[in-house]
Amino acid sequence: MALKTEEMVLNMGPQHPSTHGVLRLELVIEGEIIKNVTPHIGYLHRCFEKHCEVMTYPQIIPYTDRMDYLASMCNEFGYVVAVERLMGIEVPERVEYIRVIMAELQRIASHLVAIGTYGADIGAFTPFLFCFRDREKILNLFEITCGARLLYNYIWIGGVMHDLHPDFIRLTKEFIKEFRPNLKELNDLLTFNQIFIDRTANVGILPAETAINYGITGPNLRASGVNWDLRINDPYSIYDRFDFKIPVGKGENGTVGDCWNRYYMRILEMEESLKIVEQAINQIPDGDVSSAIPKRVKPPAGQIYSRVENPRGELGYFIVSDGSVNPTRIKVRAPSFVNMVVFGELCKGHMVADVVAILGSIDIVLGEIDR
Amino acid sequence: MGLLDKQFTDDNIIITKVEDLLNWARLSSLWQMGFGLACCAIEMMATSASHYDFDRFGVIPRPSPRQSDVIIISGTVTFKMAIRIKRLYEQMPDHKYVISMGSCSNCGGPYWEHGYHVLKGVDRVIPVDVYVPGCPPRPEALLEGLLKLQEKIRNETLVSKTA
Amino acid sequence: MKNPEEIFEILKAKFNEVIIELISDKPTESFITVAPLEIDKVCLYLRDKEGLNFKSLMNLSGVDDANGEKIKDENDNEIIQGGTLSVFYHLESIDLKHKVTLKVSTDRENPEVASVEEIWRAADWHEREAYDMFGIKFLNHHNLIRILMPYDWEGGYPLRKDYQNPEFYKGMKVPY
Repeated sequence: MALKTEEMVLNMGPQHPSTHGVLRLELVIEGEIIKNVTPHIGYLHRCFEKHCEVMTYPQIIPYTDRMDYLASMCNEFGYVVAVERLMGIEVPERVEYIRVIMAELQRIASHLVAIGTYGADIGAFTPFLFCFRDREKILNLFEITCGARLLYNYIWIGGVMHDLHPDFIRLTKEFIKEFRPNLKELNDLLTFNQIFIDRTANVGILPAETAINYGITGPNLRASGVNWDLRINDPYSIYDRFDFKIPVGKGENGTVGDCWNRYYMRILEMEESLKIVEQAINQIPDGDVSSAIPKRVKPPAGQIYSRVENPRGELGYFIVSDGSVNPTRIKVRAPSFVNMVVFGELCKGHMVADVVAILGSIDIVLGEIDR
Repeated sequence: MGLLDKQFTDDNIIITKVEDLLNWARLSSLWQMGFGLACCAIEMMATSASHYDFDRFGVIPRPSPRQSDVIIISGTVTFKMAIRIKRLYEQMPDHKYVISMGSCSNCGGPYWEHGYHVLKGVDRVIPVDVYVPGCPPRPEALLEGLLKLQEKIRNETLVSKTA
Repeated sequence: MKNPEEIFEILKAKFNEVIIELISDKPTESFITVAPLEIDKVCLYLRDKEGLNFKSLMNLSGVDDANGEKIKDENDNEIIQGGTLSVFYHLESIDLKHKVTLKVSTDRENPEVASVEEIWRAADWHEREAYDMFGIKFLNHHNLIRILMPYDWEGGYPLRKDYQNPEFYKGMKVPY
């Protein structure tokens, strides 16, 4: 006689060490198998969009920092690109280079946190310490640039806050030299570790068709085998000047679009970002960084949707302006917010322990989901 | 004020007050609830990681409120979360301490005026021992906050809890 | 690769009066206004039609146009009566590399828009957010409940321009 089983509801979060913040998951399980997952979000809803409506355009920049707090530079970058497109501002060459350097360094820092916490989530604590050690070096670079470690308010509309520190180029070169071997060490420690592969390969497979329909972007989409990166496919700033590749998931250890692939994309992207930073610091021209900063930011009436490639995917700003100094409406298409929708689908049929592996591989930031 | 100043010169006996002993034990192993809210949580993680090493003050993250002594409110407290934070605080065993980290949990921070969903200061739901200012505070600032908390615990009496 | 004018012509030929107009004034992007209750059919066509292939929805956002009459209520708070709420859809085709923006405007007092959640699953949470923030009802959405605000929030729809904060939520004071 078969044992009688019944469904059970398991609550995970909002206080849970593996939910990367304040996410609550309601798991319907049958034994160990997930039947259904309902994410409950909004525990960090900080009313960003309401603030935008009462702030002037430059005042919004610090608030954009606080959305995806692991990639503040990229958030500012996306926002100023949107406003500059709306106003038709041409920024000086040097500013473009500085912004690209900052955004790519930030991408590495953000991926390091993603990888470190992912390792910690599924039981490998040492990589966490390794990653934070390297991230600390990038934060030092940011600190000599603008004085802040996490939330910078450095990239301004039409320029940047102030020029690079005289030592910045030298220190960045030193960092790149130090970081390359560390990345290899990280690969030996975690990426190609058989235990890690067993935990993550063939788990949470996301086919390309589903990914596109769900609007997944960033490393998660590329891990499913879709070659799509806004830096190449919808270029903004000066990304068309650099020589770098877009890593695409190949399913080396399992299936295309599984957790391991999503994780591995981030490792490969860090290498590509290093290449971009290297090229940019070699090519960076001299010049003034504040000449194009407008005295009064007053875009014409109208609306624009502008997007950039954030470490987590497509970060879009939809700005509606009525011609005054405050925007009428800013909607942020936050990559994590959209990536999270598919989470329930991915978990179905897996074990409870895999939920953590899948969640970590999507790499969400709650500040951005809830805004 | 330490334990060692009343040590005998030639023996391994220490004479001290029960109060001092308890306080010393308490302040040297403050287990922190592993619980992050927002941006400040990243700085809190950085504080526990390799560079700043929270461990050397006896602070170890515990995932359960029932095994922790101190809760660090690291980030913006929203109404939805405030109810949960209150419950987590109530689940912690006595003596429990609260460090409010960052402007948001101190007073609402940058969201104080238009934040329709932000609680303007976590002290509206739970009592706070130490406020750490900053947006976000540097890891050094959090360490300083912890030292302040230790100082506060060191002066506690058995008669009544002051912290 | 098609520009918005060509897409507008194709849609106009197929749907006629459902497609209202194409608005393009530079420097901002152009958009096509569509009748709110027919948007799902238009979107399905845009997704599946050969040569259009709008397989992905980049963004969906509600907007309060605040174009109604501003009056004072009994507590001397300004409220807006009449006018419209809008929803913008930003579509993109990954294979053909073209984009289009659709806009629907609906009545502020009874905002109803057809849901596109069945067409692009990405719209699921976006629509819930628009409902949460503006009170726009998406017909046929399978689970249209609040997403960011608490499920029992009774203070109204926060991103509407005439939103007033409640004084208390569950005993916690809302204003500073």
